[in-house]
Amino acid sequence: MEVSRHWRLQEQRYKLVGETCDNCGVKLFPPRDVCLECAAPAKELYTFTGLGEVYSYTTIYDAPAGFEQQAPYSVALVKLEEGPIVTAQLTDMDEDEMYIGMPVEMVTRKLRTDGDEGMIVYGYKFRPVQFEMAVK
Amino acid sequence: MTDFNKLMKPDRPVGIVGYGAYVPRFRIPAKEISQMWTNGVGGVPIQEKAVNGLDEDVATMSVEAARNALLRGQVDPQDIRAVWVGSESHPYAVKPTSTIVAEAIGAVPNTLAADWEFACKAGTEAMQAGIGFVGSGMARYALTIGMDTAQGRPGDALEYTAAAGGAAILLGPADEAVAIINASYSFVTDTPDFWRRAHAEYPSHGDRFTGEPAYFKHILGAAEALMSEMGTTAADYDWAVFHQPNAKFPERVGKQLGFSMEQIKPGLLSPRIGNTYSGSSMIGLTAILDVAEPGDRILMVSYGSGSGSDAFDLTVTDKLPEVRANAPTTEAYIARRKEINYATYTRYRDKLKMS
Ligand SMILES: [Zn+2]
Repeated sequence: MEVSRHWRLQEQRYKLVGETCDNCGVKLFPPRDVCLECAAPAKELYTFTGLGEVYSYTTIYDAPAGFEQQAPYSVALVKLEEGPIVTAQLTDMDEDEMYIGMPVEMVTRKLRTDGDEGMIVYGYKFRPVQFEMAVK
Repeated sequence: MTDFNKLMKPDRPVGIVGYGAYVPRFRIPAKEISQMWTNGVGGVPIQEKAVNGLDEDVATMSVEAARNALLRGQVDPQDIRAVWVGSESHPYAVKPTSTIVAEAIGAVPNTLAADWEFACKAGTEAMQAGIGFVGSGMARYALTIGMDTAQGRPGDALEYTAAAGGAAILLGPADEAVAIINASYSFVTDTPDFWRRAHAEYPSHGDRFTGEPAYFKHILGAAEALMSEMGTTAADYDWAVFHQPNAKFPERVGKQLGFSMEQIKPGLLSPRIGNTYSGSSMIGLTAILDVAEPGDRILMVSYGSGSGSDAFDLTVTDKLPEVRANAPTTEAYIARRKEINYATYTRYRDKLKMS
């Protein structure tokens, strides 16, 4: 596992930090420095609220290396309330709870571990919105 | 005779400006465990305990509790000068949990970060230090966390109670606080009631040694000294919370100190979530803050094996009702519950690799 690659992605993975376009206001995730709408430079950091909804999903039974222990698990395309769609694992739910349009919130969880001696990779997952007062 | 120096009081007053709990959603009933080992014969020390999911550890749980504390505290994470996580189940043997938490809440890089250890009082030990840190003026805010994913050896008495959960307490200037810390006190001796050697998977304990000379002596020692120095009795407090290794001990120690069941009930969570170790007294405090009113006085006493107790005397301010609803209550986390059986529990706790 490339430790340096994980480290570079930490900020966006731990707290959904993307970018916003000064010119047209579009929010970008993951950060790509250039606006997808107007092609202006977009380098100002923006922390997403973490709220969104399930756009589509699938359940993984045959997990790739590093994820075996967690199978079966669900992966979703989550449409963030600011617009971008991100791919992420769903957590804190049963498979039969899932539906398209389900309101979800971001949590920081263990994504994978590199064997018994390697690093633990943390990052965002999404779960059904748990509490009524859910954040702004 | 009064030796006021026994008390710990900072130069400038300090309080809790934000607080947040975390309890994972899985529960295993104690009866399910006793079914496994004793065919369900004999009593069980609690109803059920909280178990973390496969993608959760002390770092991820601390992050959620810390985010809740920040929602209530409404402070800029960049103004935090210490992120201190007390636990005996840090994910790494070497590599701080606290840097992960600090990064995830946006407190880096202008902050201290360290992991604290002292069995079940690692979190309140961090609180004591945080009070000094804020009280001296070195920091405006310090974030202190007690969090554990505790493990008992399969079949051992601790397996019924060793649970996952905890709380984050954001300390700051008293004039911004939801609860002012009037004073605190620590009581420590070398008592070998419970330990885990460096490469051991599960802890060992001195059986009957864990009660009177350990838990009761230290909690009573700390609480009595604090109350004597403050000139208070149990009747001066609206609420009290003690470390909760099971359901009985905190009830009994409370009674010995003169507290009624009504005073300790809101903070007594062990029957429903188990012993969250470093999280135990601190998450009990969050449950009390969820119901307390301005002017209410609270006594909190932790216990950590090895051994020691930290005692805190707090008074709730007018600000508490304003921020309380900014994050989920501790009871809301407890109500979020999915029961699991022993087989699932074994998988979640990775117990198949028993040595
Ligand atoms: Zn643009």
